[in-house]
Amino acid sequence: MTTGRPYRSAYGPVRRKEDARFVRGRGTFVDDVRLPGMLYGAILRSPLAHARIVSVDTAAAEAHPKVKAVITGETLAARNLAWMPTLSRDVQAVLATDKVRFQGQEVAFVVAEDRYSVRDALELINVEYEPLPPVIDAERALDPGAPVIRDDVAGKADNHIFDWSAGDQAATDAAFAAADVVVTQDMLYPRVHPAPLETCGAVADMDEVTGKLTLWCTSQAPHAHRTLYSLFLGLPEHKIRVISPDIGGGFGNKVPVYPGYVCAIAGSMVTGRPVKWMEDRSENLMSTAFARDYHMHGEIAATRDGAILALRASVLADHGAFNGAAQPTKFPAGFFSVFSGSYDLKAAHCQVTGVYTNKAPGGVAYACSFRITEAVYLVERMVDLLARELHIDPAELRMKNLLRPGQFPHTTPTGWEYDSGDYGKTLRVALQAAGYEELRREQAGRRERGELMGIGISFFTEAVGAGPRKLMDILGLGMADGADLRVHPTGKAVLAISCQTQGQGHETTFAQIVAEELGLSVDDVEVVHGDTDRTPFGLGTYGSRSTPVSGAAAVVAARKVRDRARIVAAAMLEASAADLEWADGRWQVRGDPTQGKTLAEIAMAAHSSLDLPDGVLGHLDAGAVYNPPNLTFPYGAYICVVDVDPGTGAVKVRRFVAVDDCGVRINPMIVEGQIHGGLADGLGMALMQAITFDADGNCLGGSFMDYLLPTSVECPSWELSETVTPCPHHPIGAKGVGESATVGSPAAVVNAVMDALKPYGVRHADMPLTPANVWSAIQGTPLRTGLALN
Amino acid sequence: MQVPAQVEYEKAASVEHALALLARYGPEARVLAGGHSLIPMMKLRLAQPETLVDINGLSELSYLLLRNGELRIGALTRHAQLLGSAPAGEHFEILHDAERVIADPVVRNWGTIGGSLCQADPSEDLSAAFAALKATMVIRGPGGSRTVPAREFHTAPYETVVAPGELLTEIRIPIHPGGGSAYEKVGRRVGDWPVGAAGAALWLTGGTVTDAGIGLAAVGARNFAAAEAEDFLRGADATEENFARAGQIAAEHCRPVSDQRGPAAYKKHLAAELTVRALRRAAGRAWREGT
Amino acid sequence: MQITVTVNDDSFTREIEPRLLLIHFLRDDLGLTGSHWGCDTSNCGACVVWLDETPVKSCTVLAAMADGHRVRTVEGLAARGRLDPVQEGFARCHGLQCGFCTPGMMLTARWLLDHNRDPTDEQIREALSGQICRCTGYENIVRAVRWAARHEGTGGGAGPGPGGSGGTGPGATGPGPTANEVTW
Repeated sequence: MTTGRPYRSAYGPVRRKEDARFVRGRGTFVDDVRLPGMLYGAILRSPLAHARIVSVDTAAAEAHPKVKAVITGETLAARNLAWMPTLSRDVQAVLATDKVRFQGQEVAFVVAEDRYSVRDALELINVEYEPLPPVIDAERALDPGAPVIRDDVAGKADNHIFDWSAGDQAATDAAFAAADVVVTQDMLYPRVHPAPLETCGAVADMDEVTGKLTLWCTSQAPHAHRTLYSLFLGLPEHKIRVISPDIGGGFGNKVPVYPGYVCAIAGSMVTGRPVKWMEDRSENLMSTAFARDYHMHGEIAATRDGAILALRASVLADHGAFNGAAQPTKFPAGFFSVFSGSYDLKAAHCQVTGVYTNKAPGGVAYACSFRITEAVYLVERMVDLLARELHIDPAELRMKNLLRPGQFPHTTPTGWEYDSGDYGKTLRVALQAAGYEELRREQAGRRERGELMGIGISFFTEAVGAGPRKLMDILGLGMADGADLRVHPTGKAVLAISCQTQGQGHETTFAQIVAEELGLSVDDVEVVHGDTDRTPFGLGTYGSRSTPVSGAAAVVAARKVRDRARIVAAAMLEASAADLEWADGRWQVRGDPTQGKTLAEIAMAAHSSLDLPDGVLGHLDAGAVYNPPNLTFPYGAYICVVDVDPGTGAVKVRRFVAVDDCGVRINPMIVEGQIHGGLADGLGMALMQAITFDADGNCLGGSFMDYLLPTSVECPSWELSETVTPCPHHPIGAKGVGESATVGSPAAVVNAVMDALKPYGVRHADMPLTPANVWSAIQGTPLRTGLALN
Repeated sequence: MQVPAQVEYEKAASVEHALALLARYGPEARVLAGGHSLIPMMKLRLAQPETLVDINGLSELSYLLLRNGELRIGALTRHAQLLGSAPAGEHFEILHDAERVIADPVVRNWGTIGGSLCQADPSEDLSAAFAALKATMVIRGPGGSRTVPAREFHTAPYETVVAPGELLTEIRIPIHPGGGSAYEKVGRRVGDWPVGAAGAALWLTGGTVTDAGIGLAAVGARNFAAAEAEDFLRGADATEENFARAGQIAAEHCRPVSDQRGPAAYKKHLAAELTVRALRRAAGRAWREGT
Repeated sequence: MQITVTVNDDSFTREIEPRLLLIHFLRDDLGLTGSHWGCDTSNCGACVVWLDETPVKSCTVLAAMADGHRVRTVEGLAARGRLDPVQEGFARCHGLQCGFCTPGMMLTARWLLDHNRDPTDEQIREALSGQICRCTGYENIVRAVRWAARHEGTGGGAGPGPGGSGGTGPGATGPGPTANEVTW
């Protein structure tokens, strides 16, 4: 006799628990937080890209009847708070003291009674600037005599940040020298911005009596933030509580600590009341973590019959005025060195130079998997250019060069160990789903009629789930994550995790993980996250690391619980633990299924007066910290079909086929949702998104009127499929998928448009492929995106 | 989100009342209709009126009528209402073509025809459409009503002949049977302002153009119109060749500005290309009309 | 100045500044934080509510303009505890991830279905084209609206619906106010 309840896996398309509140409008986002006595803060920002601050006159603002405090760089400097560390071990001004170094930089902070009067008060602050010549074009940043942006750093005489390289230069040079064919191409991955729909913000509440700071914040890494605030502000860490409530999208934009958060904290300290700071959209676009801005030079070497031998890349990385890029310490260019891609190469070498410019800081954001978006774009464009040079079909060229299943685990020429993959199968599934042969026939017919149709392929390997703590830390904090699992006497479980959902559905997927391991229903497991007082330490959610790292921690914790349950079950069944097996979601005597106990029964027994053997205290609770042995390597094959209007340059994405392999899929519905979103990102970046500047450093992408995001009309109905190649080192074989589609899709769209323009002999044009850019490319003069498009 | 500066507010109960309020508060008062041009500017503090005169209650300004051989559109008519009006669409497909690509469906629910025209953005699609249709604007002031041809309505970017103390009340379009009209627009994305746009209205007898109206937006065409191209077409045969020539003439008389939407050369090209496409479609519709 | 606005069938009279935007009136004065804001230029649509049965971008409407009028927000979608089919559709079809754009999307979808009982995918996409989602790529939003169109009158979800609602998932799992089905 079983319990009468049929056993069913908890994995699958389970409805999300978080939806109950969101569809009712009952989420709690930071701007929904209202505390008694709460005040509102606003930031005065620099209109100039580069200027000396001559004076800051706050008298009129302070005299405004509703203003409670005005804080300047000078005020903060007196407390040693005017400068704060960045995630790249640089420093960034919280409020400018000597100079402003990008348009939109924070200059003063006003606290007032309501959000309207604080905005009025900003206009009462008078700042006198002495304009300085700005450095806007990254390619001019290292010119001799270029204005020095970071003269706050003692002895700094240029705009150089770092040089970094990976791979074997000698072997790569040799491979190139021996190659039949070498193709080179310059390409820009323009500055873009993640633009989550909810902007960044915080409510800071410094309790004068208890000395405890509570900070509600749009943070993707609340524990890391807590530690940083402690170190930076000198507050004891146990007196800081960071709460990330519901977050309206992160996409890497909400990883850094922003000056606004620090100002809100300072405002609360000065006024003794809670202070809310929510940035507006222009502030978000102009001052928070941008993404990409990689000026890349790619080279690919091959034999005449299409065996790719080697890849070379040199990159100029525009980091803005402060190096605020958020990536593991040992990787100043992130994981760009995965640019060798998914192919069997002899050698590869890349070199990246980082420079300062008079623009907002950032660089690592927007689902980039730490610069893998840039790397995949480069390699997939180069492969297409090679295919064109050799007159080989781009699908065929890829199939010929993709790593084969027998080659895994595979160490790439730049030192990554790809653990598993059956790349050819995934590409074949994609080609089949797209009807590739048919599409090429259709294209041939349309070309004869002068119609421009393009088919573009992208094959990518991601490297996510950072990461092994020895290798990967952010500001010295190792990238391991924890999970604490409690089981109540009635058999309900509470899982506390350290990662931070911003829409990825952790309240559901993590419950599914625990439910699966413990034979519970998903409804019986509650997931707690986002509050540093209630959850274990971890580095947060970005870089697609939640499932690979926190997910693994949850599995390990659940299995510890299950092991303890075994001991208790043995006592209950008067059997030896070794005679029990886990089947149908319970511990039962091997060979006698009538003798079994569910976790609920075991939990109650553990809390009862049952005589417990060694190894179990009066409960089943357990915790784990997971230090991943390696990254995980999800991959995919994408195919995009476009139609281009030669008379206007307008591009229509007709179809997009995406086949992803992210290993075991806990909730396929959620996995596909992640992919849908990333594909829209790729379409947007390829066709319409860019943060551009004019020569004076005015940001031209400071609103959604000009920083254009794709809508339901531009996006086709995405066609998804999957292959499943479990990750060999992850406890449940999952790989993570949050960023895969953003990584893989831009190249597919760009390859498709370039394919469409082949009759005009267009080799390459940079993103965004706006109608103006496409038409200009057809005329032979594609636009240069970095600066304004004229 | 950015928020407006302090402002006073009055709600008009009638057109006379609105005019009286405008007179009382002087040039620092602004008319508030749908607010979808004005309120964004107020939030960015690019506009800081002292007083708002809310005319949303003036239902007498919201109508679409056929009268005296004209389509008459009340200035307070919402974009969505114009798009949803079967008579307007039957007589002037160009208006539906244009409305379909103006802003987005939700903004069209509240923004008004009069508001968009008075905002006078050089990229305003309706300005080009009404120019093509050679519409007439009716303006009410303290002294009574006056009419101004659409092509004389705008005096400069963001400036019209509507004086402080006056109200745009109606747009009139003459109905000449047998015509066809169309609008073509290129934007960087749905809902964007045009990079370039052209509207055309054609009347044909046999295969000859008896009358033509061509309106252009966002490409620096004088008065949103391509008068020289119209002159060329009048009396000419409705052929691809002549349409192409008309497009070239229209482009020759444009002075587009290079900006983030595109370089001037591209916009000039669009002026020609889209004029041709609009003429082609308008002709197709005129022929259908005629049979 | 004083305004009186009927929001979700309740009447509210408040003293406000003329410049107060409707979105702030709803969120800050009335505590209805289900409607959100996400931009400065009336582009994103996170703030969509109904004003007299018409979806508007409430960040571009003054509260004063709503004086004497009716507003409906996401909090007023469910009727007497029962989710509207649109809400049920979004939950079933995974039409939301972070939830920030969702109230506005649902209100426009509700309006669409009130005026067009069986919209095509193209019509659904067009109706939502003024509203941005950063998470879903719109695919499941379209599916959610289609589901709602097909299940009008079955009364959404607040328990197993009358006559079953065609869910294909695991089925209701015991007590609880909301059915657990997905359509995927």
